[in-house]
Amino acid sequence: MKTGSNLPYKILNVVKYVVCIFLVVLSIIPFWIMIMNATRSTFEIQQHAISLFPSKFFFSNLEVLSGKGFNPFRGFINSAIISTGATACAVYFSSLTAYALVAYDWRLRQPFFTFILAVMMIPAQVTSIGFYQFMYSIHMTNSFLPLILPAIASPAMVFFMRQYLLASLSIDIVNSGRIDGAGEFNIFNKIIIPIMKPAIATQAIFAFVGSWNNLFMPMILLIDKDKYTMPIMVSLLKGDIYKTEFGSVYLGLTLTVLPLFVVYFLLSKYIIAGVALGGVKE
Amino acid sequence: MRRKSVSYAKYGYIFCIPFVLAFLIFSLYPTIYTAVIGFTDFKGLGRTEFNFLENPFQNFVTILKNPSFQQSLINTGIIWIINFIPQILLALLLTAWFTNNRRKLKGQGAFKVLFYMPNIITAATIAILFQSLFGYPMGPVNDLFARLGLSDGSINFLIQRWTARGVVAFIQFWMWYGYTMIVLISGVLGMNPELFEASEIDGATGAQTFFFVTLPNLRTILVYTLITSLIGGLQMFDIPRLFLNGGPDSATLTTSVFIYNQAFSGSYLYNRASAASLMMFAIISVLSAIVFYVMRDRDAARIYKMNRKLEKEYKKAEKATRGAVR
Repeated sequence: MKTGSNLPYKILNVVKYVVCIFLVVLSIIPFWIMIMNATRSTFEIQQHAISLFPSKFFFSNLEVLSGKGFNPFRGFINSAIISTGATACAVYFSSLTAYALVAYDWRLRQPFFTFILAVMMIPAQVTSIGFYQFMYSIHMTNSFLPLILPAIASPAMVFFMRQYLLASLSIDIVNSGRIDGAGEFNIFNKIIIPIMKPAIATQAIFAFVGSWNNLFMPMILLIDKDKYTMPIMVSLLKGDIYKTEFGSVYLGLTLTVLPLFVVYFLLSKYIIAGVALGGVKE
Repeated sequence: MRRKSVSYAKYGYIFCIPFVLAFLIFSLYPTIYTAVIGFTDFKGLGRTEFNFLENPFQNFVTILKNPSFQQSLINTGIIWIINFIPQILLALLLTAWFTNNRRKLKGQGAFKVLFYMPNIITAATIAILFQSLFGYPMGPVNDLFARLGLSDGSINFLIQRWTARGVVAFIQFWMWYGYTMIVLISGVLGMNPELFEASEIDGATGAQTFFFVTLPNLRTILVYTLITSLIGGLQMFDIPRLFLNGGPDSATLTTSVFIYNQAFSGSYLYNRASAASLMMFAIISVLSAIVFYVMRDRDAARIYKMNRKLEKEYKKAEKATRGAVR
């Protein structure tokens, strides 16, 4: 049933698209300016700081950047090591813990789950002083391990994995494994992990991005320049030595986000689905 | 013949060992350590020994009286409010548009991907990017203003307290509204479709459906969004720290930046930073207890409903069997 004239609805529809397109522009334009300015010289940027088209100073900007000791590739490798390690720890051990919560009937199961819910929201940041002092006293500052190993205990991910397992695990599969004589640990590795692949994939993306973007902990712990992660590298671009090198700063920023853009646009479908799933927490 | 079945319960414990160990070492112990440091005279880079204070709450008193700390709490609140109110309103508006079944918006998938995009980009990069965008005397924003004829001469935005706060709040808003929108949309999609069918049959308009059906049912998720956003807001660090390092004149100094500056710069006042951390910890604990309560309440309600349904069915079955026996 169509009510009345369609004109107001058409206008409303136009308004909706205008707003949405405006927001799209808002999302893109800062990054677009950044990428374009990465190819422009300081002089050009001082004349007109906005350009929608690239210029031809990309390589001279790159030269300035590497001449000042800015090494995004080092940062890239360090970040990749930490993020991969932390992600692997988080997804594997969270799956294992979630499996323990779903597949086995043990006395402390419910209290343990309640405990996980309770600590889920407590951020690592508020305990950073104790964490730093502890690492300092066992000589673990300047090491990647304190940035990787804590991921073994990721309460929020255990929660998500548990919800997934509750919906998708049938105990018959586990029992058939037992009849075939497989040990419990082998059943988890050979049967359960493959079942959990979709959940692992989504959670892995978020764990990886979260670890990649983390600034607070690495900034506290890593002292050595060779150990700097990508976000710490970025913070160096604020320094005085880049005060007049506008093009190089934009280029440095671009180099740090390029990998994220690639990952995001390849996996955006899964990322959006993952946000939707994780948000409802059902 | 009765055979005792094998008990697998011990594997439940065994498989939780890595989690529990990592939690004890990297979470619980640092928490306790932080708490202990809060009551001591522990300061200075490279020192490892410390003594408890005569007045155990000295650090807490000092911190509470510290004007910078008070300012940082106020700033955190202000920045959170001017980011969250527009954020939740826009997210709700977009949710209403995107979930309107009668007039489907085309290109929703692409819109979602692009709205969410800023959230995934390194906050450190975004902070420095915005600092460059608002550059003085010749940054892109000034260039835009000049081209549109909005200003005569360059404006140094970032030395004004309220503009600086506004920009930080805008960055937060810009990074998070897409996330909030997706969460709300998934909340709406998770609702019972019969509700919407019923309201359609009753002849409700799109707006009526949204205000009287969708919104009340979204309440739990809205509370969840509000509180998780508040917890996130209290931890706001990367952007205020790298954007203007808390300036100008402490206008964007948030509690996290304050704690960082106390502990890891200047005279390395670990004890005071710990005391401030503990207060933040307490606030966050209360907030997450609320989330916990709200979400639990909902689960409990669902279980209660299910139990009642089962009871009814059981009674029905009982009646039926009794009838059959007679």
